[in-house]
Amino acid sequence: MTEVADTPTETPMVEFEPNNEPASDWATDFDHVDPRYNPNAPAIWDELRETCPVAHSDRYGGTWLPVKHADVRRIAYDTENFTSRQVIVSNVRLDHDSSPVGGAPPITSDPPFHQHARKILLPLFRPDKMDPWESKVHELCNNRLDAMGEITPGETVIDAAKQYAQHVPVSVISRMLGFPPADDDLFRYFVHNVLEGIQRPIEERQAAGEELDAYLDQQVQDHIDNPRDDLTGTLLKSQIFGQPLSREHVRGSIALLLIAGIDTTWSAIGSSLWHLAQNPDDRHRMQNEPELIPAAIEEMLRAYAPVTMARLVKQDFDFNGCPMKAEDFVLLPFPAANRDPEMFERADEVIIDREVNRHSAFGLGIHRCLGSNLARMELRIAVEEFLKRFRDFELADPDAVTWSTGQIRGPRTLPIRII
Amino acid sequence: MRVSVDSELCQGHNRCVALAPELFELDDFGYSSAKGNGEVPPELEEKARLAVANCPEFAVKIEDE
Repeated sequence: MTEVADTPTETPMVEFEPNNEPASDWATDFDHVDPRYNPNAPAIWDELRETCPVAHSDRYGGTWLPVKHADVRRIAYDTENFTSRQVIVSNVRLDHDSSPVGGAPPITSDPPFHQHARKILLPLFRPDKMDPWESKVHELCNNRLDAMGEITPGETVIDAAKQYAQHVPVSVISRMLGFPPADDDLFRYFVHNVLEGIQRPIEERQAAGEELDAYLDQQVQDHIDNPRDDLTGTLLKSQIFGQPLSREHVRGSIALLLIAGIDTTWSAIGSSLWHLAQNPDDRHRMQNEPELIPAAIEEMLRAYAPVTMARLVKQDFDFNGCPMKAEDFVLLPFPAANRDPEMFERADEVIIDREVNRHSAFGLGIHRCLGSNLARMELRIAVEEFLKRFRDFELADPDAVTWSTGQIRGPRTLPIRII
Repeated sequence: MRVSVDSELCQGHNRCVALAPELFELDDFGYSSAKGNGEVPPELEEKARLAVANCPEFAVKIEDE
């Protein structure tokens, strides 16, 4: 039987007053949670790049937003001046004692510990480890498309975010973790609670965290009682410095895999379908020349990268003349870096056969998305199957499209008319 | 032409292997390196250039061009 070391769970915190006023200016008072931010983000980044390439806001105890590729890259690489102790911006600062492990290792871990935590998981997410799941993703996508029932071209409207994209990423990662299939809806609820609720009072957020922890504890206990060869089992068997991982580490890594893999891929699938609904030429090329699909998927990832990460400033630090203070947040908008004309030709255009595409949708540096090979596979198959099923489709009502709020960007309501 | 992967920079994005599986391979952790001594046959030179141009970390390089 695997022993899981227990460590204290209470972490002291600092909390800032929430500011729920709408952002008054994107350069000096931006709020990435403002409902106007995500729908208009590419235009906001373009303007900032010209006028104020490192924006600032007093919100969340002090937050910076660099939008140029070079700046995002430099910060992503600089683990001396920036810590990953918290990667989701909030009004709370966790105690320094949570480093170098952090609440959800390895994404919240700093070097040198980070590499030990990451190496446990890396072999399980190699590209070849994704191959056995491909047929499952095809099947899942087709089941979801079948479940839409009778389609009358020109009339039927489906919500491609809620009825389709949302369902794709949940089941593979939960099967990889060895969790019960019946709990898939519960996972989506947990994800929403953690990622989209940063303005809520701390008591509510803590209650949400405790609810998730209690569920994960149950699943971990089930794996201790009935050992099996899945991601959870691997974490329970793993050691760092000759010691089993603490219960918090195991639980935190599981929470990371569950949360990081779901909203993100859902968003990438949704954004791709949003684009294809409005661009029949791209749609038809992908249908008629399937050999273009790998390049097209990379271009979707570039243009509609869903993930912005965050760092905390370790100590007061002058960044290109910006006086960053210890414990300020810095957002790393990889989607903005992906639209920087200094890095990409015709950066604001979607070119589905773009050959040179050094995009950073999966981040840069030591925290490169662990699940990138899984996400790519799911995105490709979800788009392929949708394009196979529906030759033509359009936005039923562009104004009815709603976008997520916060660091994961993608459509949450996406009414598409099949034509 | 020869290709190489800077192991200090590679973070396992897998772009080079996807674009030029003839020239690159992954280790147990998903980090990439050039196959063999990195020698690129003439018919694969274009693929080698694409692998260099698509690496998010600027880890893939061409030597001896």
